[in-house]
Amino acid sequence: MRAITRKLFRDLFHIRSQALAIALVIGAGVAMYVLMLSTFASLNLTQRTYYDRYHFADVFASLKRAPNRIAADIARIPGVAIVDTRVVVDVTLDVPGVRAPVTGRLTSVPEEHRPLLDDLALVTGRWIEPGRLDEVIANQKFADANHLAVGDTIAAVINGRRRDLRIVGLALSPEYVYAVRPGELVGDESGFGILWMGRRALSNAFQMEGGFNDVTLSLMPGASPEEVIGRLDRLLEPYGGLGAIPRARQLSNFFLQSELDSLNGIGRVVPVIFLAVAAFLLHIVLSRIVSIQRQEIAALKALGYGNWEVAWHYVELSLLVGAAGSLAGVAAGAWMGRGMTQIYTQFFQFPLLEYQLPARVVVEALLIGGAAAALSALDAVRRVLQLPPAEAMRPEPPATYRVSLLERTGLRRWLSQPSRIVIRNIQRHPGRSLLSMIGMAFGGAILIVGLFTIDSFGVMMNVQYNVAQLYTAMITFVEPVSASAAQEIERLPGVVQAEDFRSVPVKLVAGHWSRHVAITGLPVPSRLDRIIDAAQKVVTLPPDGLVLSHKLASVLHVKPGDRVTVDVLEGARPRRQVVVSALVDEYIGMNAYMQAGALHRLMSEGDSLSGAFLLIDPLRLNRLYASLKATPKVAGVTLKAAERENYEKTLLQSIGITRTVTIVFALIIAFGVVYNTARIGLSERARELGTLRVIGFSRAEVSYILLGELTIITLVAVPLSLLIGYGLAAGVVHVYDTEVYRIPLIVTARTCLEAAGTTIVATLISGWLVRRRLSRLDMIAVLKTRE
Amino acid sequence: MTPAAARGAVFRIRGLSKVYHMGEVEVSALRGVDLDIYDGEFLVLLGHSGSGKSTLLNIIGGLDTATTGSVAYRDHDLTHASDAALTLFRRHHVGFVFQFYNLIPSLTALENVELVTEIAEHPMGAADALRLVGLADRIDHFPAQMSGGEQQRVAIARAIAKRPEVLLCDEPTGALDITTGSTVLGAIARVNEELRTTVVVITHNAAIAEMADRVVTLSDGRIASEHRNAVRQSVENIKW
Ligand SMILES: Nc1ncnc2c1ncn2[C@@H]1O[C@H](COP(=O)(O)OP(=O)(O)OP(=O)(O)O)[C@@H](O)[C@H]1O
Ligand SMILES: [Mg+2]
Repeated sequence: MRAITRKLFRDLFHIRSQALAIALVIGAGVAMYVLMLSTFASLNLTQRTYYDRYHFADVFASLKRAPNRIAADIARIPGVAIVDTRVVVDVTLDVPGVRAPVTGRLTSVPEEHRPLLDDLALVTGRWIEPGRLDEVIANQKFADANHLAVGDTIAAVINGRRRDLRIVGLALSPEYVYAVRPGELVGDESGFGILWMGRRALSNAFQMEGGFNDVTLSLMPGASPEEVIGRLDRLLEPYGGLGAIPRARQLSNFFLQSELDSLNGIGRVVPVIFLAVAAFLLHIVLSRIVSIQRQEIAALKALGYGNWEVAWHYVELSLLVGAAGSLAGVAAGAWMGRGMTQIYTQFFQFPLLEYQLPARVVVEALLIGGAAAALSALDAVRRVLQLPPAEAMRPEPPATYRVSLLERTGLRRWLSQPSRIVIRNIQRHPGRSLLSMIGMAFGGAILIVGLFTIDSFGVMMNVQYNVAQLYTAMITFVEPVSASAAQEIERLPGVVQAEDFRSVPVKLVAGHWSRHVAITGLPVPSRLDRIIDAAQKVVTLPPDGLVLSHKLASVLHVKPGDRVTVDVLEGARPRRQVVVSALVDEYIGMNAYMQAGALHRLMSEGDSLSGAFLLIDPLRLNRLYASLKATPKVAGVTLKAAERENYEKTLLQSIGITRTVTIVFALIIAFGVVYNTARIGLSERARELGTLRVIGFSRAEVSYILLGELTIITLVAVPLSLLIGYGLAAGVVHVYDTEVYRIPLIVTARTCLEAAGTTIVATLISGWLVRRRLSRLDMIAVLKTRE
Repeated sequence: MTPAAARGAVFRIRGLSKVYHMGEVEVSALRGVDLDIYDGEFLVLLGHSGSGKSTLLNIIGGLDTATTGSVAYRDHDLTHASDAALTLFRRHHVGFVFQFYNLIPSLTALENVELVTEIAEHPMGAADALRLVGLADRIDHFPAQMSGGEQQRVAIARAIAKRPEVLLCDEPTGALDITTGSTVLGAIARVNEELRTTVVVITHNAAIAEMADRVVTLSDGRIASEHRNAVRQSVENIKW
């Protein structure tokens, strides 16, 4: 090994603890990049091949009923490639061993061939046999959750009659990668069963022969989904069309896509913070080394080493640190990516989700890690190049100091000598001190961004389950029923209280903007399902007019007092003008509310009802379940307890991991900054501190000079971290402001304390480590070495 | 003509001046120096502090460039040489000994010498160089584990290991006591005698001048006097 290379490694060894701290920060950034982008790549590739191979549709539409010949008309819409019509019906299922009624979605599949669009990935068993009316293929996750296997039988209440359905196969569908009921955020594996049934059998059971109530389309390359949807909606209008949606708004795809987007987004933003901080730290360390080694550099040049040769020596030093961090980061990122992909297999239902680490991601990760390191060496290189070799002959001139601003304001008399030293030191490198504060603040800030969503989801859940929805179960009827029919339900055993609601599918139009939503008509006052605004106050519905959620109003560009056109998509499909009377801030979905009476007037109908919220006596739950399973009118039962349990299970699972990873990453960045700041301070002032010790200052007084500076930087960094963290959190809230859900900006005192705690813990550890070095400071040696 | 002069000039310095600009103030470190330095010669530069000795040595060693005037090393013109050319000049022809040793603290004695032998054209073995200065048994010691005199001898070994044509020493004994100082000077004199290396030594100590072939005294950036020693004293005979 060449002597100059040996010097490189000895220098590196000399700064090993600082190098390690910086390599960790680089490693954290690179790991984040690899974690997010490799998981993204795995998920993205799986999604694309799945969608391709199983012909995931581009446009989805539901309607009441249209004759099969309409399919040909749809196929003639310019831009449409393939049309596949289906029958889709929601029913109540009676699953063996499960007491509660389960929502089932029966979707027709052709008996003779595979569906043209949205084909199934058959995991076990076989396809439906033509002519067998009782055969179904079940969604695999649902079957697993309920311990069902091929050959088992489940009962469905079909048109008032219990029918036994035999499971002949288990499958997955690209339509249900994330199997979630509309209006919910988390899938209910055991409570939401998707079953595929022969087209003839299903049409038979629901009098759909010769017709369809659901259609999916694939488009020609380059076709505009909006145009096709416009024409499709007009075509289906006479057949009770409920408004078509593009793939982007298909619920399962929406969740999958927003997960992909956030992986990609986080993977490209967060590492930048880490690498910028690391580059800054490495820059300080290298600059410090160059100034310590000023005479070594000059001597090397005098001995005949070229300018660039010497400069490259320092670039190598930074690249070694960068490489160590990057390689460790790639390994850690790949390891975490594997784990994260594992977690995703529980959320998303893919035939095969395998983790893969694309070479491109690794190369990019190493490049950005290396780039950060190289960038940090720029100043060192500049200084090496500028240093005249004749300098080797001369000792370094003393550093220049000024009387600080703070002292000039007249405070000087009140400051002890050590305090003056502290303040002058900070002021000597104002830019560096400021950047140290900002860098340190990012530790706490990252903690806030990582953890605030936990509180936000907590608030969402609390509002949803403890304030807004006070019912135990929600039932929906197959068709709107009369008030007297609804009362039958309410007289079922175990129902303590019931509240009817009306729900009408509509298209709201305001100017150029429109959305398909449901208007929910509620009694006044509504006690079991309350409308709650962001301030957690109950909103009372006005006698007339619409109450819209903020998001819906902003999508439609309307405000209270504006009129919107309501195209009803049910019954006689009237078109009405309605005034928006109030807005309400809600977290889930895009909702529109009216008083039930007003909605009935709008529909020109009597007391027609779509469903009911029930408060149930827990002791008589089983009897009620039994009766509900047998009630033909009931299309679906949603149990709040089950829903809530799912939320909590899903959230808790990710919270633990998120919390740990975030805290570790935040600590790494905070510690990296504080520790390096402290060590640089020690290095720059070792002589000064040694001298003070020699002239009689105590160890504590000398420590104060060094740690005082750290303390001041920390004191500024803590509030700064809260500010930056809050700002970043607001950015995240903004990104997640979607039509499906929004998250509130909740930064609790606890999160703030944790953020401040991270910074302070990092300072304490660094302070302690540096203090130990300070105690070992050899006064004589310090005074002997020349700098 | 002395035997040394007969061998021809290694350095030919003509009208050399150097001006440092420090803000408003201009400092003239050298004001028109004419000097020839001959092959194999032992030259001592005397002069009080600030007279321009280091400046002159730095310029002839290719560490610095003149403001006006010219310096030629054999048939190379150093005055207009590029940075890269000066680097090669230093690498292949010059050995430096600095007042403050300037060893690399993270490298051992041997490695400090290897630093130079690895980039030189016809170096001697690094261990041999250390043996020449009497440090054969210290080759694995780090600078911090050696006395000032030992460090300076490592610096001399480092300077001579490449078998330079010229050895330039700026106050090599400035930081040393008498005995170590004479060991160091002895090492330098041996290099001059045994390897026929041209040596230029800056010193404040007029006694050392007795070791030289020729003594040049600078004053205020000019050559104030120059004289040739009829007999060169050996180190042991010098009275400090
Ligand atoms: N880099 C520089 N910038 C400005 N002035 C300089 C610089 N280097 C040297 N000088 C000035 O040039 C003059 C000559 O300096 P030089 O170092 O050559 O003196 P010297 O004879 O070696 O003195 P000493 O015996 O103290 O080492 C001095 O006045 C010095 O202040
Ligand atoms: Mg000098």
